[in-house]
Amino acid sequence: MANGMRTGPSSARLVLVTVPILVLLVLLPRLVDLYQTVLLTYGLAMAIAALGFNLLLGYTGLLSFGHSAYFGAGAYMVAFIVRDLGVQSMELCILGGLIGTVLVAALFGFVCVRHTRIFFGILTLALSQVLWSLAYKFFWITGGTDGVRVAYAKLTLLGGTINFAGPGSYQRFVHDYYYYVLALFVISTIVMWMIVHSPFGKALQAIRDNEVRAGFIGIPIRRYRWVAFVISGAFTGLGGILWVPLNGLTTPDVLYWPFSGEIVFMTVLGGFRTFTGPIIGAVVFNYLKTYAVASTEYWQLLLGVVLVILVMVLPTGIAGTLARVWAKIAGRNS
Amino acid sequence: MSLLQTIDLKKYFGETRAVDNVNLTIAEGEFISLVGPNGAGKTSLCNVVSALLAPDSGKILFKGEDVTHTSVTERVKAGIARSFQLVNLFDDLSAFENITLAIFSRQGKTRNIATLAHLDNAVTAEADVVLGQFGLAGKRDVTARGLAQGERKLLDVAVAYALRPKLLFLDEPTSGVSTRDKDQIMDTIASVVRGERITAVIIEHDMDVVFKYSDRIVVMHQGAILAQGPPDAIRNNDQVAMILLGSSGPDAFTRKD
Repeated sequence: MANGMRTGPSSARLVLVTVPILVLLVLLPRLVDLYQTVLLTYGLAMAIAALGFNLLLGYTGLLSFGHSAYFGAGAYMVAFIVRDLGVQSMELCILGGLIGTVLVAALFGFVCVRHTRIFFGILTLALSQVLWSLAYKFFWITGGTDGVRVAYAKLTLLGGTINFAGPGSYQRFVHDYYYYVLALFVISTIVMWMIVHSPFGKALQAIRDNEVRAGFIGIPIRRYRWVAFVISGAFTGLGGILWVPLNGLTTPDVLYWPFSGEIVFMTVLGGFRTFTGPIIGAVVFNYLKTYAVASTEYWQLLLGVVLVILVMVLPTGIAGTLARVWAKIAGRNS
Repeated sequence: MSLLQTIDLKKYFGETRAVDNVNLTIAEGEFISLVGPNGAGKTSLCNVVSALLAPDSGKILFKGEDVTHTSVTERVKAGIARSFQLVNLFDDLSAFENITLAIFSRQGKTRNIATLAHLDNAVTAEADVVLGQFGLAGKRDVTARGLAQGERKLLDVAVAYALRPKLLFLDEPTSGVSTRDKDQIMDTIASVVRGERITAVIIEHDMDVVFKYSDRIVVMHQGAILAQGPPDAIRNNDQVAMILLGSSGPDAFTRKD
């Protein structure tokens, strides 16, 4: 009865689930064509962004409608660093992008965490649209609707040891960059997993469940919400940072509110009450959107229908439903 | 030196005098019952002292220090904890996690972001002891939402207790549970609180419970303290009997059933 592992996540099951998935992810570029590898890289970058978003929604109980701001801040920071500072190292881009995103998230978060529920959501939305309008109007800096180009050929990975000059460089970029993003995705997932299972992460869940009582056990609610906000923004920013070289370009679209909606969508799709939900949701959503756009010009309508069905049929998302089915099967066997 | 002292404490809601010039002194180690008819201001007094409500005027001294204008968090740190009449728990977390959160917070560990909560053996061991003390060991991994009402009431108290407070307010810990469970809950709470010599203020309607456990009984009426004293003195106070029961006489407090 008195051993600590029972409430903690079961490590055996964790290994059982994660190892095969990791092996599959590592082998995948050998099994599928270039385009599929690109799509999956997009999915992994979005997964990091959604993981960050869900620290607020799933674990702190705050629904942000403005996470495009941090994705976009990361993306534009990288674009500026490459264009204006002539930096080639992707690691320096990540560092600079994260510093920029954290500053924006710290500033916006400071304002937003003063409120909760719909007021919080509206504030995050409004502030994100300030960034969008800056990117849109200050075209001599941001390129306006044309955005800023980030050519993959100018970038180097791992401190300059991998560069993409010469013939066949795009294939090499797709291949190498996939593993680069995969590695950062794995690190991000581990770090986020540790955060939500740390005493701090538990305190966030306490705030989510019962703000009044959280105060009465001595948790400084507003400060913790702020810290969660900044961490959340940083993860979403990293998603944007990794997304830019892949996309080759950043435009105000990634700062615009419908993109915040997409982040919410993918997280709900995957299931915001589970740790893996946002990851699954981001990858699935990325495929869904890609094929919806390719197959019909009414792709928004298609996604809308999916969202409605989702909320009605699978309110706990893909991951939540899978977990329930799994529990049922496990229950029958025991 | 007294542990808690309120000086001319006042809290009005419009015309209603919820707390009206209350001067209450609590010594260390006392087990006090706060009684009075509905609306007498018992919960309001508890809310003001625990910083859920700010007083209109007056002072609160805790261990001799003026804490009137401190926040909830600061008062918890100082050593004032409370439970709630309407159960206030972290409903999606297990009973065990509810307790560990209080312990982590007390030890200043909730800011730890790079350690795993479930690997902290000292906190785990302490939480299991607390669960055992409150008879909840068997419900360790059940979410707070999934517990029975009586268990929820106990867990609510256990979370406050796990903060190891100097002063513990218990707002109707037995309300909303059956008479049969009531005695068991009170026995559990009293044995823990007495055993650890925690100064406790309990708001309770059941006078049998009150007479059985209290060192001192404080009777409130219309926001003010009407009478206070040891159980025997209160039992024989006709004015108190009139207000609480609507009748007086030597047997007024004897249970009729």
